[in-house]
Amino acid sequence: MAKLSEQTREKIRGLRDHYPDRRSAVMPALQHAQAELGVIEEDTMLEVAGLLEVPANQTAEVVSFYTMFDRVKKGKYKIEVCRNLSCALRGNLEMIEHIKKKLGIEVGETTPDGKFTLLAVECLGACGWAPMMMVGDTYYEFLTREKVDAVIGALVEGQEPPGGPHTQEVFE
Amino acid sequence: MSYPGQMLVTMANVHRKDSHKLEVYRRHGGYKALEKAIKEIRPDDLIQMVKDSGLRGRGGAGFPTGMKWGFVPKSIPKPRYIVCNADEGEPGTFKDRVILENDPHLLIDGMLCTAWALESNRMFCYIRGEYGKSMRRMTDAVHEAYEAGLLGKNILGSGWDCDFDVYNGSGAYICGEETALLDSLEGKRGHPRLKPPFPAVVGLYGCPTVVNNVETLATIPSIVERGAGWFAGTGVEKGTGPRIFAVSGHVEKPGCYELELGKVTLRELIYEICGGIPRGRALKAVIPGGASTPYLTADEIDCTLDFVGVESKGSFMGSNGVIVMDDTTNIVRATLVLTRFFAHESCGQCTPCREGTHWAERVLFRISGGKGSPEDVDLLLDLCSNMGGTTICALADGAVNPIRSSIQKFREDYDRLIRGEDGPVPGRLCEVVW
Repeated sequence: MAKLSEQTREKIRGLRDHYPDRRSAVMPALQHAQAELGVIEEDTMLEVAGLLEVPANQTAEVVSFYTMFDRVKKGKYKIEVCRNLSCALRGNLEMIEHIKKKLGIEVGETTPDGKFTLLAVECLGACGWAPMMMVGDTYYEFLTREKVDAVIGALVEGQEPPGGPHTQEVFE
Repeated sequence: MSYPGQMLVTMANVHRKDSHKLEVYRRHGGYKALEKAIKEIRPDDLIQMVKDSGLRGRGGAGFPTGMKWGFVPKSIPKPRYIVCNADEGEPGTFKDRVILENDPHLLIDGMLCTAWALESNRMFCYIRGEYGKSMRRMTDAVHEAYEAGLLGKNILGSGWDCDFDVYNGSGAYICGEETALLDSLEGKRGHPRLKPPFPAVVGLYGCPTVVNNVETLATIPSIVERGAGWFAGTGVEKGTGPRIFAVSGHVEKPGCYELELGKVTLRELIYEICGGIPRGRALKAVIPGGASTPYLTADEIDCTLDFVGVESKGSFMGSNGVIVMDDTTNIVRATLVLTRFFAHESCGQCTPCREGTHWAERVLFRISGGKGSPEDVDLLLDLCSNMGGTTICALADGAVNPIRSSIQKFREDYDRLIRGEDGPVPGRLCEVVW
């Protein structure tokens, strides 16, 4: 049973002979699958392996090793707050507490409407602009309660959240 | 903005508007290095040039770059690969991101010069999965470069072909270890390989491969343009050129500062360049080179910022992620945060690391929560001696450094927690709830 759209299936097939070794296509192929489905369950591992014509254990071993592949469905928006030292020194815990209260969930949980999942993750390389969180693949740095409210508020309304400041603006 | 010791090489363009675009990079002399290399420098001479420059790797180990290139056998009839290690993940380190996001063409320029020297036709840039913006900027820059004839077939009319792939990781600190990175690029779990053989001889797909850090590769164009002699004349004897110092934690002005090696001290970096400690607090500890390097105390910061200077105080330059902690910081809890990281990121191949990091985390957790015993400190030291030097890669050694140095230098923090004089402080650094 194919879960992936024909468009994604075509993208994955196109990766088959892109690298000197077929196996190198496994990770980018799974990234395409996750981007579409938001989760990689066992049948998707099989589907991707079939499209690439590689043994299914090769997709399974990658999915189970790398933290960015979700084997269990998460919320529409993953709010990932850095829990490492530089962020801890600049108040990440206050941010986590604030988000917990605001969404009414604990770390690792998803809101009942399936919209938000709160996660505490390891260093995301924004130490100098701490504390920080990542939503999707957008970084929000120099986090304050107000900024958290603005980002979550926009997402609740289905709007594009206000960005940055990111490194670019820091240097300009 | 200017600061003492400033020497802008890899950060020379980042402040410019649209610095990530080809047009802007070219307007300020971009790809001149590549042109010069192709027209004037024979590949083997370029390797010699980098050797003469004294450039050492900027990723963490500080290995001489030219020597690494020199290990690549050109006589083996196999492809040679150039791999850029952009899997920046060492806690406290955020310098490569500045280049990837703001000056991707500088990196491509440097990688092309490297590929020219190694006579390679294929380059990979392995970027950590979380760096979405870096990924987009690099991908766009690669498209621009292909369209401008700087990548692909017959580069700048030289008859030389070279292709470029941006490869996205999926979240694994261990893939910053070069052999784990190669396994990951091959589509496997990121498991470090036993060395030797080194990647220079048996690397990606079993072929000779050079793996260099982003900042290292971004330094190459300046050496090509201005000469090995110029570069060798900067910095100090055992560490030439500048490095980006990424400062975080308790300082007024955290951020990235590109400093000539050996010209300023760690004290000057913290108190002058970064504006000192907020709220007038006193300094307690500094981690000078990312989470894998030993702590320095407030009395150990009068060292010059170069390999020898930092090593003279018993720590390392590492990846240059400087984490500053004031006197409100409990070092046991800081160490717990770092140890939890290493436990989370251990790939699981070697027993001492897989078991040791988690065990140490549990012991530190116990002590941090006021439930430790005096024997726990000895247990930690015992764990450290069983982890250090017993594994395939250096992750376990990195995990040992903060634990052992915290016990050696901040024993009082352990003792106070064990005596119950400093119980869990709500809201203070790492009330570990996750």
